[in-house]
Amino acid sequence: MPGKAKAIEIKGLSKWFGDYQALKDIDLNVAHGERIVICGPSGSGKSTLIRCINSLETHDFGQITVDGIELNQSKASVAAIGAEVGMVFQQFNLFPHLSILQNLTLGPMKARALSKAAAEKRAMRYLERVHIPEQAHKKPSQLSGGQQQRVAIARSLCMEPKIMLFDEPTSALDPEMIAEVLDVIVDLAEDGMTMICVTHEMGFARRAADRMVFMDNGEIIETGSPSEFFDAPKTERCKTFLNQILQH
Amino acid sequence: MGLLFLLAGCSASGTWGWYVINPATSQGYNNIRFLLNGFGATILLSLIAAVLSMCIGLIVALPGMSSNRWVRLPSRVYIEFIRAIPLLPMLFWVFYGLPIVLKSMGLSVNIDAFWGAIITLALSDSAFTAEIYRSGIQSINKGQTEAAKTVGLNYTQTMRYVILPQAIKRILPPLANQFIYIVKMSAFASVIGMQELTRRANELVVTEYRPLEIYTLLILEYLVLVLIISSGVRWLERKMGSDESG
Repeated sequence: MPGKAKAIEIKGLSKWFGDYQALKDIDLNVAHGERIVICGPSGSGKSTLIRCINSLETHDFGQITVDGIELNQSKASVAAIGAEVGMVFQQFNLFPHLSILQNLTLGPMKARALSKAAAEKRAMRYLERVHIPEQAHKKPSQLSGGQQQRVAIARSLCMEPKIMLFDEPTSALDPEMIAEVLDVIVDLAEDGMTMICVTHEMGFARRAADRMVFMDNGEIIETGSPSEFFDAPKTERCKTFLNQILQH
Repeated sequence: MGLLFLLAGCSASGTWGWYVINPATSQGYNNIRFLLNGFGATILLSLIAAVLSMCIGLIVALPGMSSNRWVRLPSRVYIEFIRAIPLLPMLFWVFYGLPIVLKSMGLSVNIDAFWGAIITLALSDSAFTAEIYRSGIQSINKGQTEAAKTVGLNYTQTMRYVILPQAIKRILPPLANQFIYIVKMSAFASVIGMQELTRRANELVVTEYRPLEIYTLLILEYLVLVLIISSGVRWLERKMGSDESG
């Protein structure tokens, strides 16, 4: 698509942790509105890849461009990209000393200079979107894991990002709470949000993904539509992985 | 307990002469007033030194946690250097030496015993408070900093709104210990002539020749002070603890 910037463009991305190469020459383009699910065995570099996109990790080689902004070490580029990208963590990472409402308004008020009233109005709108407006005045520790993760999603949405990154959003949840969180993510996906989701929830991937990315050992091994990927995986490694994960 | 038996034994053999601080006599009353009047200076000295030490400690601790080793280095050097200096030599240096250094730089500042003691206590203690801040801040999960970053907060905002409010609960008990340490170390201010608890006790001993009674009372004075501080800290901890869960 000449002339139109991709949502995310990654070229020749490599990263080392000491002697260990976590990412090997990764190329990945994400179009606006595209929903990508990344899967692969643990230690394959999935989380590291998306953490590089919003510069929670620095990369050693290659190029990351988000919505036309190239990520370099300058604070300006890190901040500009940070403003476009929201992130949801495996461990929720809510601020335990603040109420749910304060968790949601902190960023908009301090980083975007929104008034308290405007920030609270926005926060309530997104809490309703994740179906827990009634929890606004509780502390995170009083909520279930599923509720906490939905608050974390709402907290990200309050910054009105164009792109959402999900780093194994359901891996720390009890099984009965996974659906409520995935429903919220699917809802976002249907709304046209650009997203990259690292997950092992293959049912969700089939339902929500435009494209699957399979990683192993720091490399992208295979990409394809969910139907190609699940029904006719091309590589042996991918077949083995799917067999292991779908058996349970 | 052993000390109590020892003291009881002494009194039985007529070693004690409590008349020296017996408030029923006018001499004893005046002596007690003289001794207790040291409380004000000891408390004020310790409080100002503790507040300064907490400020300096934070300023030293924050760059000490940078990922850049050149930013970390000055903080490390400061902590190692200050920690290595015993309090008494530092007090002498600040009181007798520092004015000379300042004068050579064209600043004629008079450092009296009060401020000399405060500067020394604050500096000496700041190396320890810096380490307390560092361990408290580093004990907060890294995910908190990352989450703060993803909602657009900069470093200062992250510290102020996310990390420090959580770290303070873990930092408070060791900081209180440091305050108690400062109160006790403030006794050294007596050697440069500061009229605090210990100095007054020393002066009275010289005129009354009753070191046992006067120093016993002196120890009790510090004991009371420290007990009041530690009960205050326990109250504060309970209050903050209940805030967290509510």
